[in-house]
Amino acid sequence: MLTLSLLTGVLASPGVLTAPCDKGDSGYCAPSSTAFDLPELFGFNIGSQHVAITKFTVLLLLGVVVVLGFFLASTRRSSLVPSKIQWMGESAYSVIRDGVARDTIGPEGIKFAPYLASLFFFLLIMNVFGVLPFAQIPVTSKISYPAFLAIISLILFNFVGIKHQGVGKYFKGIAFPSGVPKAMYLILTPIEIISTLIVRPFTLAVRLFANMFAGHLLLLVFISGTTFLLNVNNFSVVFSPLSFIMAIAMTFFELFVEALQAYVFVVLTASYISGALVEEH
Amino acid sequence: MTVLAAAGVTGSLGAIGYGLAAIGPGIGVGLIFAAYINSVARQPESASMNRQNLFLGFALVEALALLGFVVPFIFGK
Repeated sequence: MLTLSLLTGVLASPGVLTAPCDKGDSGYCAPSSTAFDLPELFGFNIGSQHVAITKFTVLLLLGVVVVLGFFLASTRRSSLVPSKIQWMGESAYSVIRDGVARDTIGPEGIKFAPYLASLFFFLLIMNVFGVLPFAQIPVTSKISYPAFLAIISLILFNFVGIKHQGVGKYFKGIAFPSGVPKAMYLILTPIEIISTLIVRPFTLAVRLFANMFAGHLLLLVFISGTTFLLNVNNFSVVFSPLSFIMAIAMTFFELFVEALQAYVFVVLTASYISGALVEEH
Repeated sequence: MTVLAAAGVTGSLGAIGYGLAAIGPGIGVGLIFAAYINSVARQPESASMNRQNLFLGFALVEALALLGFVVPFIFGK
């Protein structure tokens, strides 16, 4: 009993099991969005602005170091007959280069492969931190990280479109899609402008954020449910293992979702780029 | 809120909202996987070709349910 409760204590993020209840009826504190307000590890002031370093910042830097280290190690001393790590790095890179950049954008997509691959592996490690022991919170469950990456994608595909087609032609292509009766532009033009320039980055950011947010809360519900049921002191204790099994199953499901969402973010960025490259006729 | 309290409804409306928000994406995800299984059953070679579209469509539709999940947290209090 004690080991199990220690184990679940380790599995859950710090702060969530001691979060204060807002309702006094059942005694069970359902995890809420406060689970993402992690304590400050250390902080400093820049002028009057206080900068707090939390687990998110540490994991972000760790993720950057891991991705950078892996690819630097795999390309160092590259040879015709690849070493083990070179083979790993090249296979990982070719998944995005061939599977996303070339398949989604076409032959000219190869030059975007470095960005797309870095984006994918960065997002992958950011997301997988959600189930990695001791990290156990996806960095992307804070909206600011996916939002910034979505802004980069927005700037990138607009820049590509303007560079490839010219400013007038590119925005004309967005606002006035061809093959539509003239009167339809009254409705279509606002929708197209909003959907391309606002909804695209918004959904890109919110999809990733909401998946990680919901996934983390899902794990917290089952893990805090396990510990709560262990300490309930009546017959309901027998349901605790069920909750624990569910928590383990959901951990593997989360691993799948985390990889999938990183992939989806990259595929959508690639398809936006490919849309900007294709000239309207 | 006073109308609800007078009618004896207590608890989180967000839970009901999420239930409603999940109907559409639930149907949508079902349709997407059904279409994928159909296409693979008719033409097994198309499995790998359509897998990207499958996950893309799945993630796009699932995002709607997740938006419904996040909204009660934002407007809950």
